[in-house]
Amino acid sequence: MSSTEAGPTSRASPLERFIVNALLIVAVVYALYPVLWVISLAFSSGSTPSLRAFPLPHDVTLDNFRVVTGWGDTAKSFLFARQLMNSLVVSLATASMAVFIATPTAYALARYEFVGKRSGMRTLLLTQMFPGVASAVPLYLILDTLHLLDTRSGLVLVYAATAVPFAIFQLRGAFLAIPVDLEEAAMVDGATRTQAFLKVALPAARPAIAVTALFAFMSAWNEFILAATLIGRESAFTLPVVLQSYVGEYNTSWGAFAAGAILVSVPVMALFYVAQKQLISGLTSGGVKG
Amino acid sequence: MSQALQEASGTDSASIKAAAPSTPSPASLQSSGRAAPRCSVRGVTKSFGDTSILKGVDLAIPDGSFAVLVGPSGCGKSTLLRLVAGLEEADAGTITLAGKDVTRLPPRDRDVAMVFQSYALYPHLTVRGNLEFGLELRKTPRAEIDKRVAEAASMLGLEPLLGRLPKQLSGGQRQRVAMGRAIVRRPTIFLFDEPLSNLDAALRAEVRVEIRRLHDRLKATTLYVTHDQVEAMTLADTLWVLNNGLVEQKGPPLEVYERPRTTFVATFLGSPRMTMLDGVIVREKGCFYAEGGGVRALLDDDRFGDSLVEGRNVRIGIRPHDLGLAKNGAPSVAELKVEIVEALGSEAFAHGWLRASGPSVVARLDADEARSVRPGSAIRVAVAPSRMHLFDPKTGLALGL
Repeated sequence: MSSTEAGPTSRASPLERFIVNALLIVAVVYALYPVLWVISLAFSSGSTPSLRAFPLPHDVTLDNFRVVTGWGDTAKSFLFARQLMNSLVVSLATASMAVFIATPTAYALARYEFVGKRSGMRTLLLTQMFPGVASAVPLYLILDTLHLLDTRSGLVLVYAATAVPFAIFQLRGAFLAIPVDLEEAAMVDGATRTQAFLKVALPAARPAIAVTALFAFMSAWNEFILAATLIGRESAFTLPVVLQSYVGEYNTSWGAFAAGAILVSVPVMALFYVAQKQLISGLTSGGVKG
Repeated sequence: MSQALQEASGTDSASIKAAAPSTPSPASLQSSGRAAPRCSVRGVTKSFGDTSILKGVDLAIPDGSFAVLVGPSGCGKSTLLRLVAGLEEADAGTITLAGKDVTRLPPRDRDVAMVFQSYALYPHLTVRGNLEFGLELRKTPRAEIDKRVAEAASMLGLEPLLGRLPKQLSGGQRQRVAMGRAIVRRPTIFLFDEPLSNLDAALRAEVRVEIRRLHDRLKATTLYVTHDQVEAMTLADTLWVLNNGLVEQKGPPLEVYERPRTTFVATFLGSPRMTMLDGVIVREKGCFYAEGGGVRALLDDDRFGDSLVEGRNVRIGIRPHDLGLAKNGAPSVAELKVEIVEALGSEAFAHGWLRASGPSVVARLDADEARSVRPGSAIRVAVAPSRMHLFDPKTGLALGL
């Protein structure tokens, strides 16, 4: 974030600056050390990790990635491609559903007074207090009844059910932060209520909507327990479930697991990279007196 | 500058009253067969919950006139503006724009343009996008849009900024974009909601003049809301003083300033505030005097007429600008014990007391006079009889109107 540039170090004495930098370096190492191990493991041959202080790969190789993606084995690589698609489709669908349902809901909650508004919001908040796993068994039974077990649609429905309330709260905050003046100006300028929403409030909330979609995408992309519970068919697996399959009861292929972990992380990192501007910028600044 | 202001400089109040015609009421405008007002508000009331904001307001703005609604915060002036814009709905009464009853119409069908206090520029659109927005919504032909945007941009000096986003503009620039967005619309009426309150003092004075200049050039009917009396006095053709949800007085600004109808208007307009003293009318050698709070001032028989009754309780109002050193044998009205002298360069204000227990009183001094007046000294002050204000202490209404 931009605040690090104008942080306390800019006017601090050299000693203070040194201490702050040292602390930050320690924090970075602390955060990155396990990641470095994963990278090291992924590029090392052999399946057992050797414990060394510095996680440097030995016998650098891409074998682990070949194993995970099924290189040279058409059936295996076809399956992996399919599982990758499962993850992508489920996550994208979850993000879209969350945004499409939550945006108008959040807008209504931010701008209108109506009967049941407060109790409705409290109920939504209540759903956020329980982890999704708590309802794993009823969800299983419901999906079974609906013949949606082992399907991507079933998983999307379950994910969206938890993503939507969170997205509503996030977007309601975003709409509340947009001055009503903007929409009133639009209506005086000739817009209908709907046009004021579509042409002014929605564009002004775009960064928040992008962030909300990203969160929904990530939570679906990373989710494991419900996916493992509700999906039993290998061809319907999402990537976290696939990853888990490398950690066996008797034999764990750590190299393949690490390679898989990297492959799973790449799309999320790419998304963050693309969205970083939206994550940081406040697009509404400057529209009204700042 | 308005006609009233020009004629007023350096003249006495009598000629101002003659020069500045009072605005006819909506009823008399119609009955006399002249053009109906561009904007008229009749008997409008508005409450939010149990709080009554407007309690039956009448307003009439002739075509091409600049009307300023002024009043303290909470007097309902912004609510009235929002009612005219259609952003709030009146509980009762009618609002007419260009002869059309718009009371129940949404803002988009009223053909009004509004400059918001916050400017309310669309943050995702460039300056050009902001100017075009309203015209595009109304499906104005492209050529016409380009023409009007170019016109407004050159009028306001916005050409170099057309490609910028609002966040890349300074406060003054944003303010001009907000005005440009109104100008391109060519609306029935321009509505301004305290448009200068977010600017610093120097810029505010500059933009104030610019607004009046634009108005004179465009002959645009304007309703302008402010709590700033300098804006109100300098911009208005007609001033509407609002207090407590009612129009307390209307008229050309100088007339309202010279002849305030109530104690509220008298003390609200004018800086420093008008001094108010409790007193009584006395008669001596055939002349009436107002006496009280350490003041004994001759009154103008012709002006106050029948309201001068010996022994009547009154509130005496004297503007600091009308209270000066007694010189050239003019009879003094009081002796002011000076506490502080505020020298402003061109003039000075002496703050002090007439009586130990009385309210603080302010008198105006010339820059030269101020040099000889020291804190702690006592000065003889005088006021011209024509500049005295008397109010009924019970009703707060001015005497001799």
